[in-house]
Amino acid sequence: MGSRASRLLREEEIEEIKKETGFSHSQITRLYSRFTSLDKGENGTLSREDFQRIPELAINPLGDRIINAFFPEGEDQVNFRGFMRTLAHFRPIEDNEKNKNPSATEPLNSRTNKLLFAFRLYDLDRDDKISRDELLQVLRMMVGVNISDEQLGSIADRTIQEADTNGDSCISFNEFIKASFVVNIHICTVVLVLVNI
Amino acid sequence: MPSRTVSHGSSGRLRGLFLVMVLVFLESSVFTLAFASSDQHSPTTAHSDGHKATDHGSHNNTGKAFPVLDLNYENVRVPFEISLWVLLASLMKLGFHLVPHLSNIVPESCLLIVVGLLVGGIIRGTGETVPPVLDSKLFFYILLPPIILDAGYFLPIRPFMENLGTILIFAVVGTLWNAFFVGGLLYGVCQIGTESSSILSRIGLLQCLLFGSIISAVDPVAVLAVFEEIHINELLHILVFGESLLNDAVTVVLYHLFEEFSGIGTVTLVKGFLGVISFFVVALGGVLVGVLYGILAAFTSRFTSHTRVIEPLFVFLYSYMAYLSAEIFHLSGIMALIACGAVMRPYVEANISHKSHTTIKYFLKMWSSVSETLIFIFLGVATVAGPHDWNWTFVTVTVILCLVARVIGVVGLTFIINKFRIVKLTTKDQFIIAYGGLRGAIAFSLGFLLEKDHFPEREIFLTAIITVIFFTVFVQGMTIKPLVELLAVKKKQEAKRSINEEIHTQFLDHLLTGIEDICGHYGHHHWKDKLNRFNKKYVKKCLIAGERSKEPQLIAFYHKMEMKQAIQLVESGGGIKLPSAMPSTVSMQNIQPRPPTKPAAERAIPQLSKTKEEEIRKILRTNLQRTRQRLRSYNRHTLVADPYEDGLSDLFLKKQKMFQIEKKVIFRMNHSGIKKAPNSRDEPVLCLHIPDNLANNQF
Repeated sequence: MGSRASRLLREEEIEEIKKETGFSHSQITRLYSRFTSLDKGENGTLSREDFQRIPELAINPLGDRIINAFFPEGEDQVNFRGFMRTLAHFRPIEDNEKNKNPSATEPLNSRTNKLLFAFRLYDLDRDDKISRDELLQVLRMMVGVNISDEQLGSIADRTIQEADTNGDSCISFNEFIKASFVVNIHICTVVLVLVNI
Repeated sequence: MPSRTVSHGSSGRLRGLFLVMVLVFLESSVFTLAFASSDQHSPTTAHSDGHKATDHGSHNNTGKAFPVLDLNYENVRVPFEISLWVLLASLMKLGFHLVPHLSNIVPESCLLIVVGLLVGGIIRGTGETVPPVLDSKLFFYILLPPIILDAGYFLPIRPFMENLGTILIFAVVGTLWNAFFVGGLLYGVCQIGTESSSILSRIGLLQCLLFGSIISAVDPVAVLAVFEEIHINELLHILVFGESLLNDAVTVVLYHLFEEFSGIGTVTLVKGFLGVISFFVVALGGVLVGVLYGILAAFTSRFTSHTRVIEPLFVFLYSYMAYLSAEIFHLSGIMALIACGAVMRPYVEANISHKSHTTIKYFLKMWSSVSETLIFIFLGVATVAGPHDWNWTFVTVTVILCLVARVIGVVGLTFIINKFRIVKLTTKDQFIIAYGGLRGAIAFSLGFLLEKDHFPEREIFLTAIITVIFFTVFVQGMTIKPLVELLAVKKKQEAKRSINEEIHTQFLDHLLTGIEDICGHYGHHHWKDKLNRFNKKYVKKCLIAGERSKEPQLIAFYHKMEMKQAIQLVESGGGIKLPSAMPSTVSMQNIQPRPPTKPAAERAIPQLSKTKEEEIRKILRTNLQRTRQRLRSYNRHTLVADPYEDGLSDLFLKKQKMFQIEKKVIFRMNHSGIKKAPNSRDEPVLCLHIPDNLANNQF
């Protein structure tokens, strides 16, 4: 979209983002101010270093993967639209949205899209399967360095064995949905309680 | 095996039932005898000393015959009667499950109350006075704590914390609303509805409000008893149950407040304000006391590795002390107990042995079960015993108002709460929450505590309380199960927690914390993450002994799962092959990339030469045998060195060693070019060695 150095968000843009992601006006403005505060280079886009400057993210085991999820394939910068598009996955599920426009594409915060987002964080090579190695990597990140490889290996094998229904020793998206106790997906929502209305 | 016992089952059950009935009959006759004899003996206790003296004198003089068989009931009276009651309770529990279909229709609590009524009736029928069994001291200090501790220790923390806001609003605001609504309207009815000369019009507003506060609290014992049998989903269970636990603080404050006000007679604004403050003091103080004792218990358990026998005792003692300490300061004992159990559990479980864990679990279940049974039986007996003053207006108005207040309260509060919840509460949920608001023995005991001189209408109150309790327990308790079926309310998920869930839950926690940090939003996940980090860094190091303080949660969970599976394997006789989480197949998977078309059942295992096989078997045998030799001799102060437990933790080490041995073997084989062929012969051999030795080690 080209680098916009403008600091203010125009009304038409807000409307567009609202339609695309479903956030409210106040939420969009608040997130925009957060965006600009992270954007140290003031060029309207965020790079990976901007994200890594957030201190809590550095100690988060999944920090790198979450940051990567914001950047589309092969790019190093993300603008505000992309930022909001990723965050839209974490809005609460609203069931009445489905009835409004049945022909439109599924909203970003639908149950399936939320699960897909989580799935893509496991599945780095985007082959729509979580292989044993990918699972091992995630486990290693969450568990730390003190645990031996064999122990992690047996945990990973147990996990795959529980979830795998077609015997390919990989977890596909459908198996992932079934295995991960779908009720949990309600947790996959950040309730943004915002102050300025 | 199940098919064989069916035919024996029904005749066996009838026989058992007959036996139980005989025992119960014997016991109630012993009861009446006991009461009769105690009555005979009590007037003579004053003379007994004199008798003894003269007896001695006459003994020397007249040479009385030596009493070969003598009856002295007074000495053992109190323990004997207590044991009889407990025995009656346990036999009842036994009997109910032998009668086919009865426990499906009628909840146990109802049956127990009926039994209590019968026993009370029998005692009264023989002309004796019914003992005041539901004495408040007995109830609050002996019968109630085991139930609450059992609930608190096994409280599912995650759903509780996730719904804490909702639970608190129901507990605090809901109970307040109930108390004032019932009390206020009751006062209005008493003043307006009746003539000025009747006894009702003399009941003051404060007395009515006090009555309202007693009757409005949802009772944890009754809720537990009924909800345990209907198996509804976790959310509703934790909402109603959590509410019944947390409203204790409100009840305590309101009770003391109104009791003092009606004693003094004047209400000032300052006193009202102090009442509000005292609520926070009672609630938070209770929790603080509980947390303190919980930390003490966790810290003590760190050093118990050499005295495993008394580990469970620490858990029970510290919790009971927490309850009593809170009661000293008029703080909420129930909240202290819950906080103590919930706080100490993760640390204590990491420190204590497997056997102690089982002991704690079963003792808590046993005590709480017996307590609950006794409470309901005593309710029945107290109904027969208690001085009653039946007043149609008062009782019916109370019952109706309680129901109406509960429904309005739940509906109104849910409307507000749903604005803040992610998972909204549906109408069905609201109905179950409203319908599940059962009253129980706590209300009765609080009413029993009232003093007659401050409250001349005490009997009216007691009668009304008992009626409400009976109504809720019988009518609501009996009909809630068919209603749950009728409304198709979601039932409890029977599936055990799998490793997938655990991994995914932790994954989502990290993910959401990360997103919150990116948004700069300090929400629910942010603080939970901070608490977890603090816990890991400082608290766990203090309170957990040895290596386990550094163990990540995932690994601990996996270990627990493996241990459960190993126990299942041994209990089933070692004949079942463990699922493929066995070293041989796992290491095969590591080394050979499996072609995707191969079906899961067939695993290609390279054929080991005879010598290599013997080598492996010898290594296994010697290593596992060493574990057996470590058995120490038994004495009272040490348990038999838990060979089961040691064997299991050794099992993990052995598994890892086996990995390495096999890797080496396979590596050598691959290099020497031995042909691979599917051979399932090896698998069962390797599997069975371990369970055999393990089974031997158990004894």
